[in-house]
Formats: sequence, structure tokens, C-alpha cells
Amino acid sequence: MSKIVGSRISDHGSRIAAAALGGWLATAGAAELRIGLSADVTTMDPHFVAAQPNLTAQHHVFEPLLHVDERGRPVPVLATWRNPDPLTWEFTLRKGVKFHDGAELTTEDVAFSLERPFTIKGSPGGFTMYVRPIVAREIVDRYTIRLKTAAPYGAIPQDLAEVMIVSKRIAQGASSADFDSGKAAVGTGPYKLVRFARGSRIELARHDPYWGGKLPWDKVTLTILPSDPVRTAALLSGELDAIEHVPTADLARLKKNPNLRLAQAVSWRTIFLHVDQSRDRPPGVLSRAGKPLDRNPLKDVRVRRALSKAINRQAIAERVMEGLARPAASVVSPSVFGHDPALKPEPYDPDGAKKLLAEAGYPDGFGLTIATPNNRYINDEQVAQTVAQMLARVGIATKVEAMPLSVYFGRARNKEFGVALLGWGSLAADLALRSLAATANPDKGYGAWNWGGHSNPKLDQLVERSLGTVDPTQREALAREAAALAAAGVAFIPLHYQVVTWAMKNTLSYQARTDEFTFAHHFKPR
Amino acid sequence: MLAFALRRLLQSIAVLFVMSALVFAGVYAIGNPVDILINPQADQAEIARATAALGLDQPLWRQYWSFIAGAFAGDLGRSFAANVPAVPLILERMPATLELAVAAMVIAVALGIPLGLVAGLRPGSWAGKAIMAGSILGFSLPTFWVGLMLIMVFSVYLGWLPPTGRGETLMVLGVPVSFLSWDGLLHLFMPALNLALFQLSLLIRLTRAGTREALAQDYVRFARAKGLSMERVLRVHVLKNILIPVVTVTGLEFGSLIAFAIVTETIFAWPGMGKLLIDSINVLDRPVIVAYLLIVVLLFVLINLVVDLVYTALDPRVRLARREV
Repeated sequence: MSKIVGSRISDHGSRIAAAALGGWLATAGAAELRIGLSADVTTMDPHFVAAQPNLTAQHHVFEPLLHVDERGRPVPVLATWRNPDPLTWEFTLRKGVKFHDGAELTTEDVAFSLERPFTIKGSPGGFTMYVRPIVAREIVDRYTIRLKTAAPYGAIPQDLAEVMIVSKRIAQGASSADFDSGKAAVGTGPYKLVRFARGSRIELARHDPYWGGKLPWDKVTLTILPSDPVRTAALLSGELDAIEHVPTADLARLKKNPNLRLAQAVSWRTIFLHVDQSRDRPPGVLSRAGKPLDRNPLKDVRVRRALSKAINRQAIAERVMEGLARPAASVVSPSVFGHDPALKPEPYDPDGAKKLLAEAGYPDGFGLTIATPNNRYINDEQVAQTVAQMLARVGIATKVEAMPLSVYFGRARNKEFGVALLGWGSLAADLALRSLAATANPDKGYGAWNWGGHSNPKLDQLVERSLGTVDPTQREALAREAAALAAAGVAFIPLHYQVVTWAMKNTLSYQARTDEFTFAHHFKPR
Repeated sequence: MLAFALRRLLQSIAVLFVMSALVFAGVYAIGNPVDILINPQADQAEIARATAALGLDQPLWRQYWSFIAGAFAGDLGRSFAANVPAVPLILERMPATLELAVAAMVIAVALGIPLGLVAGLRPGSWAGKAIMAGSILGFSLPTFWVGLMLIMVFSVYLGWLPPTGRGETLMVLGVPVSFLSWDGLLHLFMPALNLALFQLSLLIRLTRAGTREALAQDYVRFARAKGLSMERVLRVHVLKNILIPVVTVTGLEFGSLIAFAIVTETIFAWPGMGKLLIDSINVLDRPVIVAYLLIVVLLFVLINLVVDLVYTALDPRVRLARREV
């Protein structure tokens, strides 16, 4: 664990580096944790782009008002909350929380942080959507702030769990580059940013007055290692103490190694197929001979159910995914708010599928093309190939068109695919269904990812009611009902929930998280 | 000499223009970066806002026009993903790539020329045969595979060398370099060797062929007949004559070392420009892709210029002015 640290001069951010140098020399030989991350961190500015790899690094330095626990449920972090009325969210700050510069966290900082996403220019996909429902911020006192929404909106906790609180005094007027250099990267989080070496690693040092108590690691290094075999090799060689996203190919090998242990959780990410049920002639949906059909068979719910029955999910989970998946019943993974345990995966039933196809008027099947990314989800292309084989067995001649993500998303949004594979992770069923299954409605912001064009007014209403319900118990009941309705209408064909794996030295333990985040402060010595 | 340099300059500006237009259109054809960078929960309004924020709602020619206008003002745009200007982002990574490429070149030259000489002088000996067999392997094994094998052997099984990353860096004239510290050298060795492998094999073959040819020449036989020592014959007569192709290839290959560094950098998580390019292509970060390629084209132009200048130094018969004809 311990590693002697010699003198080191950074090429940028030398002010912080110099300050930290003293600290490192003093703690040389003290506990250090080195983690291998699987994706590049583009900036330390927590309000620029809402990308999970960035958030992973930023969560060490900054904290949101509330966060979700390893099961995806909202828990207080910097504040507790209550609803005096359905339009008001009152947050009460924890007293005595200190920023890294020693200043105390106040509601001024909170109000500023919830406003900052709007002020960032050139952001490609920021945090504005999380703070837009908040129409008024009312500072009651130093520790109490009331947030008002125009209409009741129950997903405020899930949304605000993504928005980091920064110090108003320091972040005011700061650019993203100031966060990268460390000048503005002053949060309340468990670790201080020592050095952000873009594309290489992030060096962190413990923030000792941390409100959450003393943490086991003085120093944390997050190393960016997107290449799977290399990340594994770095763990095996002892260069790293832990890695995230263990590749399926290395799983068996790491499991056998007595010096290592694994932590696993069923991810919030569901892999499923969007099937076009709105157009008359969706691309790739043809007769077996490759001729255009006079109508779209996928519009018929019996045909969609037949496709679902033809897929042996257990085989995909065990063989293609080598155990890193569980058969899926809906797009709402088991840990997600609004998952209905009563919903079971469609059993593998090729004969039933053939019967349904015959009933719907396709006794000889038809032709289909499944589009899939080939560098986004675990074994994505192999999964699509396997599904194609299974569909072929019930008479649906299926081809697979695989492409890199950078090409795939653009084409999917242009509606160039009839059947398309997608992975989705949301903290709540109603949030997922709002994007994936609600009728596309730009004014309300519904159906932005509804590639299949599923449309059911009853489902839209349920999603809207669920999101508009502030009481979590009532909301969960409505969200479940919506998820069940989407499943009954075969809005999509769910395939599996991914299983996410961490590997670490056997002297460590990690509370595996359903949202796939890797946090150094959640690693514990055993 | 001046006219030569000027003409080179004009040619390279034309190349830069054509290339920027091609890359612009190419990235545009692949897809929309907003689709990849956008928060998945985003609604239609947010997608439209982000597209407009990046200027991607404009027609392509207008986007290109504002890029050209910015380029003349010295601004090649801001990275979509990192929100910092593209050129400093790339230049920040350049020392790491150059260090890796130079280290690889040093390994290739320091090993390649002596080994090639041995193979050329004693083609029938077991040493000569072994060297040639090794060079075939160096040619034909894919870089990424050799890289992974190096990591498996030297880091995982033997535990001698660190598997990834760049070690400690020290500042020299404001540039961070890693070859001056022991930790830095340990980190540098494996990626540099991996990158050098192809060029090393090339140099071995080139030197061997040149040596074989030179040994049969009259001036070598005459020198031997005069009673000069073998060592002097090699140094003055053989080596000097075979160096011209070696310098050409080394120079040209230095460019490809920088280009091929992408694979090595990805495997060894070496924080250089190539890795930045791959990351940028994955998210269609167009300003960075365009700026990177422009910088690489400039580098190639510079390298070729240096090669031409070294020629004149090595062979007085070569005159740059003669190329005007």
C-alpha cells in the first residue's frame, strides 16, 4: 500500500503542487490508494458536462446537497430536506461543513452553485436540466434555503444529487481551466485536488476537517486506463490497488487470484432493444427476401412479444456476458426506484413466439436488422449477434449492423434504424420512462430518446403523475404502475441488467454501487 | 536556400488548408458530438441548446468559415469536452509524445546500426542469422500485441518495470521531461522499446543491405588493399556511405513514430498527444481533432526540412539549390 514518494514537480498547477509537496513528504509512507479508472476525465469543472467519468473524479473534491447510496436511494450529504408544500423543497445545511480553504459552507454557496450551470458558455450537455425546474431560490438564513418549483416535481432529489456545491467566493468568475489548475477546485469533499494531469491521472490529498470523519487514505491517485487488458495488468503487477469495470475476459483469471478480491453489484444500466412501432416502413424491416413490406409488423404487440419470447436471456447472461448480467424484465433495473419485483423476465419460448407470429399473420417470419454500438456496453456487438441468431430460429431473418458509438447515436437520432440496441441507467423508473417511452413532446421534454416511437397516452399520463408526486411512497407506486404498463405494451424488448465489477487487493473492500461510480472514500481496509 | 524554404512554406500552407477542410467535413459526416456528450437525461430543448452552444446549428460552410477566421486570429477553437482552447491542450501533451518518440529513435539507432553492421559483415554466422530473424519478428508482430506481452512479462510476471503511465517529471527549460529521473526512465523504457521495434528492424535491414553492398565496392577493396585496418574501413568508408539512406529513413520514420505513438500511448497510458487524439475522436471533439492534425502536418513539414538540411551536411554533392531545377 505504501509507496515512497520522492520529490516531484508538476508541469502545471505548481502552486498547489508545491503546497502539497510538503504534505506528501510529511506523510511519505502513509496510506495511499491507487485506483484505475476506465474512462477519461475531461475537466474538473463540475458544472460543464454531465459525464459519469468526470463526475467520478469530481465527487472526491465536491459534494452535492444529497447523494444516492449504493442502492441508488437519496441520502443526505450536505443537507437534509423536507417539503412544507408540494412546490417547496426546504434544505437545511449541516452546520460546520468546511470548504478546503477553511471557509464554512452556507446557503449563499448553494444558491450560487444551483445558478452556475446557466452561466457556463459552450457546454455540450450540462447540468441546466437539473436546475431548470427550480424557479426560485429563497435563502431563509445561513443554513436554510427553500427551492420552489412551478409545478410539483418529485425528482428534485435525484436531479440535485448530480449538482455539486462549489464555493461562491472562489468559483465566482472562475473558468473551467481554473478548476483544472486547482485554483477554483475548492469543494467540501473528502479529498483536495492536488493535481489534475489531464488524460493521465488525478492526485488527491485528504481533507482533514472533513465532516464525515477521518478517512483511511491520506493520498489517492486516480489513474486513467481506458484499455481493459492494461487496467487488469496494472492491478496484477501491483501498480494499482483497485480497478473499476473489470472486463469479462479477465474475470475468471482475477477470481482465481488469491491476492485479489472482487466486488459486484447489479447495475442500474439495462440493455434493451428499441423497436420501431410508429412508422409504416422502418429501415431494415423487410420481407425474408429483402423486399419492402406493406405494413410494419412491429406495430403489432403480438409480434413484439414474439421477439421477446424468442430471446433466451439466461443464455445471453451466462454465455455471452460470462455471468456479468441478469435477465431483464423491464428497463428498470432491480435497484432503481420504481422497479417492480413482480415483473418477471419474459421466459424463453420459441414455440410460443412462432405461434404468436402466425397469429399476427407472419407464419414465415420476416427480415430485420438490429443496429448496435460496438464500443459502448459490455460485449454489445456479441449480444446483438446472439439475439439475431435466436430470432433467426423462429423465422425472423436478422442481420446486425454494428458501428462505433460516435456514429451510432447520430444515426439513431436521425431515425435510421428499425431496431436499435441501447443501454440506460436512471435513478428512477419515471425518469427513465420519460426519456425512453413517453410520446415525443419537445415542449414537455418527453420522449427525447424514444427511438421506437412508442406512444400510449395512458403511460404518458402515469409518467407525468409520477414525476409530479412529491411523496416518495406514492411516487414509487405510480412509477411501478408506469413501468408495468410499458412492459405490458412491450414498449421495448429488455435484454439484461449489466453487472458491474470492481477488482481490488484482498486487503481492501468496496461497497459495490449500482450506479457504477467508483469512490476512493468508499474503499475500506479489511 | 531562402527560395527553397519559402516554397516549402507555401506548399505546407496549401496542405494545411486542404487538410483542415477534409477533417472538418469528415468529422461532420461521422456524427454530432452533442449526441455523445449530452447528458442522457437531456430533453429536446437541452439538446437544441447544447447544439447551438457549440455552434453546430450553423451550416457546415459557416462553421468552417468561422474556424478559418479564428485560425487567422491564432485561435483554433475550444475543446467541446474539456472547455479549454485546443492548441494549449495539445501542446501540453506534446513533450510526452516527443520524449517517447525521441527515446524510441535513440533505441532504434543505437541498436539498429551496430546490429545491422554485424549482420552485414557476417551474414552467414549464427549471430547474423539471429539478428535477421529477430528483425522479421519486429516487422511483423503488431505493436499492440508486443506492448501487452511486454507488460505481462516485465510488469506482471517479473515485476521489474511499472506497467503504465509516465513517471516523475522534472522541469527542463519549462518543459516537463521524465528521462532525468530513475522513476521516469523506468516508466519510459518499455513504451519506448515497444515503439522502437518497427524502426529498429527497418534500420537493421537497411544497414545490413548497405554494408553488404559497400563491402563489394572498389573503394572498400582498395582501402583494404592499402592495408587500412578493418575498423577504419568501416568507420570512414562503409558507414559514411551507407548513412544517407539511414538518415532519410530515420527522419521520415520519426514522423511515423509520432503518428504510431498513438497505439503505444494507448497501451501504456502514456499521456501524449496520440492518446488525446483517440479520446477526442471517440467524442467527436472536432476542434481538438483539427488542431491536432494541423500540428502533426506542421511537424512533418519541419522534419522533412531538417532531413534535407542534414543531407547537405552529410554529402557535399547534395545542394538544396539544385532542387529548384
